[in-house]
Amino acid sequence: MDEIRESLLKTSIATKKERIGKTLSISALLLIAIVVVSIFYFVASKGLATFFVDKINFWDFMTGKTWNPSVNGANGKPETGALPMIVGSFLITVLSAIIATPFAIGTAVFMTEISPKYGAKILQPVTELLVGIPSVVYGFIGLTVVVPFIRNIFGGSGFGILSGTIVLFVMILPTVTSMTVDTLRSVPQYYRESALAIGATRWQAIYKVILRAATPGILTAVVFGMARAFGEALAVQMVVGNAAIMPGNLISPAATLTSVLTMGIGNTVMGSMQNDVLWTLALILLLMSLVFNIIIRLIGKKGELK
Amino acid sequence: MKRSWVITTIIVVALGGWLGYSYNTRAQNGGGTQMTAVGSTALQPLVEAAGEEYAGKHLGVFINVQGGGTGTGLSQVQTGAVTMGDSDLFAEEKEGINAKGLVDHQVAVVGITPIANKDAGIKELTQAQLIQIFTGKITNWKQVGGKDLAITLLNRASGSGTRAVFEKWALKGAESAPAPEQDSSGMVRSIVATTPGAISYVAFSYADKSVQKVAIDHVEPTVANVTTNTWKIWAYEHVYTKGQPKGQVADFLNYLQSEKIQNTVVPQLGYISIHDMHVQRKADGQVINK
Repeated sequence: MDEIRESLLKTSIATKKERIGKTLSISALLLIAIVVVSIFYFVASKGLATFFVDKINFWDFMTGKTWNPSVNGANGKPETGALPMIVGSFLITVLSAIIATPFAIGTAVFMTEISPKYGAKILQPVTELLVGIPSVVYGFIGLTVVVPFIRNIFGGSGFGILSGTIVLFVMILPTVTSMTVDTLRSVPQYYRESALAIGATRWQAIYKVILRAATPGILTAVVFGMARAFGEALAVQMVVGNAAIMPGNLISPAATLTSVLTMGIGNTVMGSMQNDVLWTLALILLLMSLVFNIIIRLIGKKGELK
Repeated sequence: MKRSWVITTIIVVALGGWLGYSYNTRAQNGGGTQMTAVGSTALQPLVEAAGEEYAGKHLGVFINVQGGGTGTGLSQVQTGAVTMGDSDLFAEEKEGINAKGLVDHQVAVVGITPIANKDAGIKELTQAQLIQIFTGKITNWKQVGGKDLAITLLNRASGSGTRAVFEKWALKGAESAPAPEQDSSGMVRSIVATTPGAISYVAFSYADKSVQKVAIDHVEPTVANVTTNTWKIWAYEHVYTKGQPKGQVADFLNYLQSEKIQNTVVPQLGYISIHDMHVQRKADGQVINK
């Protein structure tokens, strides 16, 4: 009698396994959470030192137009105006997203609505291949093909926002396209059937029904592409020119937050003011990626199919 | 299900075994004879090459060489994180570094030359012209006897050792006008070679036939001119240690400065031997004859 009682009260093997599994997954989650929090803490403590330790005015930093932290400006303080880089980053990001979006939507519509067979067979692998190319390759192609091309057409040195935009457009295109494809595929089949049943042509069905239904997903894809463009460093650094001056036009050399950061960090001494201001740029990048994430979540929530 | 368990077990055992092995052999791999050199990318190839030769002769010595930039090298050696900090500059010249307590070992000399695109049509400039070009006062090659072509400036990243040396000795301390910046000498050369009207500066070892070396005030950028300080744009390559080096580290630094390395690896890699120098330059820029 006791034996049966014991076997019933004892935790079974399945329960044990579940407990182990639960502990494992929770500890993995905790570890990731700790990593994220410590990254935020580290970057923020370094980045905010600019304002609290080195006593640099926050507004001067965000709106100043001269970037030369190793030199003291007219007011006796180091020239730490980050506006040229902030403007450069945003310009390149927005422009490349604007160019990439129509191409991405066009390709995605072709792949899912017009010719799903060729889409799945040829275009899908092609776009996936583009994702796998390392960014240094994009940068090198940009340097040897795009920059001379821009120079010959528009004059100037060829380095600038325009070259950066073209390189980034190609880089984010596969991301935006594949996410748009997923969104279009997830539009319920009965939407198409109903549209066709009430006499809509294929174009009307695509334009008025499918794309409308997929709008939140497409927007998410675009924001996702923008987040990628905003954070891209290597390829942009090779073609943008890296001159921290306000971009007067699209073909004059400019700089982005990432390009200034990667170029400067090895040449400054840890803990010095010149180093701290670079961490502040990193903090701006981190906060921006947070903003992009929040936007994606908001769009996702708003567009939920109920 | 069963197969995946087998694979997982194999991976876990292999990883565990590898970690255990590394733990057990850490003494042989590291333990006392491991040195790390971090810093200047200009000096990296020399320390790497010499380090390999040295490690080949002294079994058990492992020299780990990394780039990262002059600032990284100096700050890491100052905090004691690495054994050797490679630098293009005197520690006194770098802001944020307390040069006291750091010991300087000069292991090579590097000459720096302005390079121009071949289409510019110039072979030499006066120093005054060079300064005016880099401060943005002269904007067309026509003004200095070249072709009618706009000048495109190209800089190394602000804070780079090469740029600091160039601004100090070629521009007499003047700041270069805001211009495109590049991270590496190789990139600078290829951009100058392909961009009409471009001008920049690189170490002698990078100035090949694809670009035009620019003489200044009739002085050609040659090794012989550097050794007599006739060509003034040059710098020592320094290896800094925290305090006087001891044991293997001191031995390795002696090896770097030995006739053998200075006569073989140093010129092969495009540096100038410290033994060839007829002059000596102090941290404050004062030059004395040896």
